Amino acid sequence: MDDRTQRILDIVVNSFLPLLKAGVEFTVPLALISFALGLVVALLAALARLSGNRVLSGIARFYVWIIRGTPLLVQLFIIFYGLPSIGLTLGAFPSAVIGFTLSVGAYGSEIIRAAIQSIARGQWEAAYSVGMTYSQALRRIVIPQATRVAVPPLANSFISLIKDTSLAAAITMTELFRVAQQITATTYEPLVLYSEAAVIYLIFSTVLSWVQGWLENRFSRHVAK
Amino acid sequence: MQIEVRNLKKDFGQFAAVQNVSFDIEPGKLIGLLGPSGGGKTTILRMLAGLEKPTSGEILFHGKNVNHLPPQERGIGFVFQNYALFKHMNVFDNIAFGLTVQKKTKREIQERVYEMIELIGLKGLAERYPHQLSGGQRQRVAFARALAPSPELLLLDEPFAAIDAKVRKELRTWLREMISRVGVTSIFVTHDQEEAVEVADEIMIINSGRLEQKGTPWQVYKEPQTPFVASFLGESNILPDTASITGFEAATFRLRDKSRAKTANILIRPESIEVGREHEISNPAAASIGLVKSVQFRGTLWQVEVEVGHHRLLAHRTLEKETLKPGDEVAVLIHSLHLFHEDESLFLENEIKRASSAAI
Ligand SMILES: Nc1ncnc2c1ncn2[C@@H]1O[C@H](COP(=O)(O)OP(=O)(O)O)[C@@H](O)[C@H]1O
Ligand SMILES: [Mg+2]
Repeated sequence: MDDRTQRILDIVVNSFLPLLKAGVEFTVPLALISFALGLVVALLAALARLSGNRVLSGIARFYVWIIRGTPLLVQLFIIFYGLPSIGLTLGAFPSAVIGFTLSVGAYGSEIIRAAIQSIARGQWEAAYSVGMTYSQALRRIVIPQATRVAVPPLANSFISLIKDTSLAAAITMTELFRVAQQITATTYEPLVLYSEAAVIYLIFSTVLSWVQGWLENRFSRHVAK
Repeated sequence: MQIEVRNLKKDFGQFAAVQNVSFDIEPGKLIGLLGPSGGGKTTILRMLAGLEKPTSGEILFHGKNVNHLPPQERGIGFVFQNYALFKHMNVFDNIAFGLTVQKKTKREIQERVYEMIELIGLKGLAERYPHQLSGGQRQRVAFARALAPSPELLLLDEPFAAIDAKVRKELRTWLREMISRVGVTSIFVTHDQEEAVEVADEIMIINSGRLEQKGTPWQVYKEPQTPFVASFLGESNILPDTASITGFEAATFRLRDKSRAKTANILIRPESIEVGREHEISNPAAASIGLVKSVQFRGTLWQVEVEVGHHRLLAHRTLEKETLKPGDEVAVLIHSLHLFHEDESLFLENEIKRASSAAI
């Protein structure tokens, strides 16, 4: 084995743990927390859009318009580098969580809105006619059925989110990609390290697709297709 | 539940789907809303349920205005045309659903649900999901779901429309018994007159957004108050005048407004027409002369098409009597007919027949 091969092998072996650690400690929690919070925002925005209240639905529409119409990287820069100039200084992790939450909220709200609208009006009316209120009908009849419709597209957006977290490197967060950059800076082997990072992202998203498949199966039980 | 409806109206944009409908319903009655498709039956039912807001008019339950009550607070049960069972819940949960908002213990709910499942004859199927049931079974579950919370008013929108003819007849009888056993005031919509006549205590005929007539099936059939009701219920002959109909020559003079008698409608039921050889006819003097145009076998009787003057009439003739042939000259005795003119409706008997039987 020549020297260069040996050196690259050493770099791969030595960097694997730090990269995986960054992924498990920062990338995954960042994605999970942002996604969970984002779903709450998405549901609220979807309900606001469907509420029939002009003010609420106007606010939701405006929010989705802004987030979908501007780059996520630019949003992260505004939150992390921009807000301090009006006295609002946030760490890298909270900034990233806010940015990704808003993003999941906006795209997710469209998914959830479509899913709720896909549930026949008769299901609502049947719930009302046996004495349920709006929120009971929503919680017990509409959301469970809409979930089945929304799971596949929401799972897709979670996989996108895992990959998008690499943008947080640009606001100094030491997640997977930034650690890869840092090791590259000392080893001068960008091809090796960025490929290694890519493989770890691939592992994460592959595991997620399995989970997605399992969830879809679970939610489509007992529903005639 | 005692129900009163006053001048109920519903517009969809420019279109008046329900116009000035008023009626009362006594507690415990089973009412059939009957009429052609698009007449406004569903809309009336949905307004009673609170699923649709009336444009104007009043709905009173127990004498209290409920116009502004949402469906949850009206004490109703609704059976939807397409059942609308909750797809993600099994039979048990579907039926239990309405009970869970009432302040009941788990045990009470369970008892009530099993009571309902027994009532609808689906014992052993509590764990099934809607897609694992036949149409008739789903309909029964929808019925049990509506009935489980003990509503005071049960509303059913064409409950049998999507079920095949054979099962429909069974379900009909079943529903009739079920409702009388439970004793709940019920209104069901149908466009099938046989169904309405068979099931309902009283029928309301709805056409073009209006209530044409309300009464027992027999009343509505025997004493139709509008030409629409007369022609919608049962078979009938509609004529523009009574010229050359023996025994009714002066019929239109009985109307209040004699000057406009020309615009009257005359209706004759096939079973009010006796057709046959002169010696077979009960009162030949009161009969007209007619010409047989066609004869059709109708299972239990002959349907005879006969020409009298410029009218063509359909009449019934029993199978026991000698068979008539097209071209035969026959006596046609019309026992009675209905006469309509604007809001006036008259039931008239053959005058010659009356005079001769009075003379005896
Ligand atoms: N939500 C609606 N918007 C507009 N038109 C409607 C609506 N619901 C019913 N209609 C119209 O009102 C009329 C009566 O409908 P409906 O009550 O369903 O009649 P039926 O049940 O007697 O068939 C129909 O012409 C129908 O097209
Ligand atoms: Mg209808």
